[in-house]
Amino acid sequence: MAVKDFPLLFERSKEGRTSYSLPELDVPEADLSADLDDSFIRTNAPDLPELSELEIIRHYTGLSRRNYGVDSGFYPLGSCTMKYNPKINEDVARLPGFSHIHPYQDPNSVQGAMEMMYDLQTALKEITGMNEVSLQPAAGAQGEWTGLMMIRAFHEANGDTRRTKVIVPDSAHGTNPASASVAGFDAITVKSNEKGLVDLEDLKRVVGDDTAALMLTNPNTLGLFETEILEMAEIVHDAGGKLYYDGANLNAIMGYARPGDMGFDVVHLNLHKTFTGPHGGGGPGSGPVGVTEDLTPFLPRPLLVKQDDKYVFDDDRPDSIGRVKPYYGNFGINLRAYTYIRTMGGEGLKKVSEYAVLNANYMMHRLEKEFVLPYPQHCKHEFVLSGRNQKKLGVRTLDIAKRLLDFGYHPPTIYFPLNVEEALMIEPTETESKETLDGFIDAMLEIAEEAKHDPETVQEAPHTTIVKRMDETTAARKPILRYDK
Amino acid sequence: MEFRYLPMTDTDKKVMLATIGAENTDELFSDIPVNVRFNGELQLKKPANEAQLKKELTDLANKNANLTAYSSFLGAGVYDHFIPSVVDHVISRSEFYTAYTPYQPEISQGELQAIFEFQTMISELTGMPVANSSMYDGGTALAEAVNLSAAQTKRKKILVSKAVHPESRAVITSYAKGPGLEIVEIEQVNGRTDLVQLANELDENTAGVVMQYPNFFGQIEPLNEVRELIDQQKKTMFIVSSNPLALGYLTPPGEFGADIVVGDTQVFGIPAQFGGPHCGYFATTSKLMRKVPGRLVGQTTDEDGRRGFVLTLQAREQHIRRDKATSNICSNQALNALASSVAMSSLGKHGIKEMAMLNMHKARYMKDKLEQENIDVVTTGAFFNEFVIKLSGSVADINEALLAKGFIGGYDLAQAYPELEGQMLIAVTELRTKEEIDTFVKELGDIHGR
Repeated sequence: MAVKDFPLLFERSKEGRTSYSLPELDVPEADLSADLDDSFIRTNAPDLPELSELEIIRHYTGLSRRNYGVDSGFYPLGSCTMKYNPKINEDVARLPGFSHIHPYQDPNSVQGAMEMMYDLQTALKEITGMNEVSLQPAAGAQGEWTGLMMIRAFHEANGDTRRTKVIVPDSAHGTNPASASVAGFDAITVKSNEKGLVDLEDLKRVVGDDTAALMLTNPNTLGLFETEILEMAEIVHDAGGKLYYDGANLNAIMGYARPGDMGFDVVHLNLHKTFTGPHGGGGPGSGPVGVTEDLTPFLPRPLLVKQDDKYVFDDDRPDSIGRVKPYYGNFGINLRAYTYIRTMGGEGLKKVSEYAVLNANYMMHRLEKEFVLPYPQHCKHEFVLSGRNQKKLGVRTLDIAKRLLDFGYHPPTIYFPLNVEEALMIEPTETESKETLDGFIDAMLEIAEEAKHDPETVQEAPHTTIVKRMDETTAARKPILRYDK
Repeated sequence: MEFRYLPMTDTDKKVMLATIGAENTDELFSDIPVNVRFNGELQLKKPANEAQLKKELTDLANKNANLTAYSSFLGAGVYDHFIPSVVDHVISRSEFYTAYTPYQPEISQGELQAIFEFQTMISELTGMPVANSSMYDGGTALAEAVNLSAAQTKRKKILVSKAVHPESRAVITSYAKGPGLEIVEIEQVNGRTDLVQLANELDENTAGVVMQYPNFFGQIEPLNEVRELIDQQKKTMFIVSSNPLALGYLTPPGEFGADIVVGDTQVFGIPAQFGGPHCGYFATTSKLMRKVPGRLVGQTTDEDGRRGFVLTLQAREQHIRRDKATSNICSNQALNALASSVAMSSLGKHGIKEMAMLNMHKARYMKDKLEQENIDVVTTGAFFNEFVIKLSGSVADINEALLAKGFIGGYDLAQAYPELEGQMLIAVTELRTKEEIDTFVKELGDIHGR
């Protein structure tokens, strides 16, 4: 039996239906054509849908039921830190004194908002061990670019204009080389060694007087702590370069180690990962940057500072790289992160990392019986398995991921990092219970058994979702990017 | 101390450590070298219980003068518009807000379809065939458009009108440093772009021309004339930043031959929230479809022929192309795009025009009122819902006096344009009542007259 497609808003629309209730026109009608030539008045109305309020609600409620979030179930998506999003965060973000304030109001009329931002900056400085923090960048990738622009400005201020290269490990997130490129650098790759860590010999080979920075995630994307971090810092610093910390994996080490103490010069954080700002189906995020003292003059402007018990936006910062975003960053997300930090405190954040790491190691130990563990050692908050044994049976990692959907789980990150064949990158987070972890592990082990005895079931998965595998090739070859009647 | 987000019991911990073969959790951190280990406790405020924290944050929120308690005439890129109740109910569905990017289409059809619908509505409003899933905000969307025009034309010179939002211009300047672009600002005269200077600066090295419509001063720029100028330089791209609400009434930039149209959908269902998160949009021509920054959702079918949606044309993006990607953007503003979609659906085809016209009527009423009160109105040309007045004395001082009367006054133009000392940009949305306008004008007259 053919299942009917879920209609689009536009297919539900019917001429003459309305859902809006606007304030009345309580002033005399003006002659709008008096100052505006007819050619500027729209003749074709935009074809927005015409629906009643209930129809809109049914539409979006229906769509929400065709979606899967952390509140729906386990979401062990590696490197994304899909932890629980506390409800109090959502409530405080909707207080009118936070949600309905304008960025251009007199600063004296928004001191409460600025106090929160200042306290958050202070907390992030402590957590990272950096000298100063700006909340302006909108998301992790923008934080990366902001950090690299500061490094660039630092070198230029020293008359050091030959530093055109940014080094990234082969296991790095795609945003690292992309951010380097957008900031005007060439991205150079440094190899990993057999332990899954940056190869120091290769680092020494690629580093030089043209090195602007080395970008690192620590723990790295394999979930392994870069144990030779101080040696790496020394190599890069001796060559005159700076060390950049991608905060994607900070959830592993809060209260155990700080980027500032490892020799990093610039840090960005993903508040939507570690600090529970929800992922929102792809955003908005927030990507504050922290820096050492010598890079502080280059922070984006304005910088929020405290002067005589008053909070002010200091725009008089001549060495600043300028603005990276209008206004003061994603305030609403920063507020959620602040609420989370106030809930946990220093003690709680350390427990967060403790349990994130315990959960990951527990899963890793149970799963390595059936899946190849390319780097057998304690992991941090996440670990990477290889599906290469299953591949020999004709079952790809993609198939395993799709089969997990039938068990009601969001699959792990797959085919990343690039240096592991048929990679499955699993990050359970600290907010999941042992029962949830066991349920997922059992499903993975069952799928491993299926791969041996009944590979078709895995290869043809998913079987229970509202749609099956999508034809992505046609989607890209003949793109349909909007609805047309 | 126990934490409500952490479910592990002591028993769980013991069993798990036994499985791992570790004595305690510290062992799991033994790979962190001793000399980089953090000893002691992070010096943060003590953990707050839920009741205490709610009170603490409510008190902090109450220290701020908010737009629901004060009557605001402040705009300048961020507006106090009506938000229908349906918006927050939809975006509070946690299947939406606790999801990640829809990389697994089988369990993400809801988000994917919502984005597809967003793309369609932005395409309709702007008159452009292609729109992406969202950008951080209008300012960074504009900066990405500028960098794209340079990459596409292989030219380095960008002409930016000074009637473009000052903070967007600042962001353009920051983004331009990477690819080493030359930004030339074109003066504004009486709140409009100086087209004579624009014509003089436009040459065969010009990658893009950036205009705002309606512009920062609220005025409606003659995009037709700008297009004619650009046509003389074949490859140069026409980039327009546009308030999408105004496009409910105004001819869309697409009909004037824009190559890239960007802006911010904060006007649709997104509260001001101190400047973010808002939601950028990015729309362009079919020709540039494969160069668009950020995520795109496309329609396709599954193995059984059912319609469905997927992230598509991903070869543009950082997770595939790495350093060769169009942009480094990863996270976008999906949840806010959803809020705007709901608000746009709620307004519908007719409501959006009605709302745009309400803004225009009320702004014109207020402008007349101010003139009657002998306040110098600077704006003479066509405008949307913002216009400029000139006051004797500091705008900051006047705004301080207005605040005491329950009003948030307009934007002090001297902040971004030193030559416009004493000039205030006033925004009038559909939310301002006749009574609020009348009282504001009277209070302003009294303060100003003193």
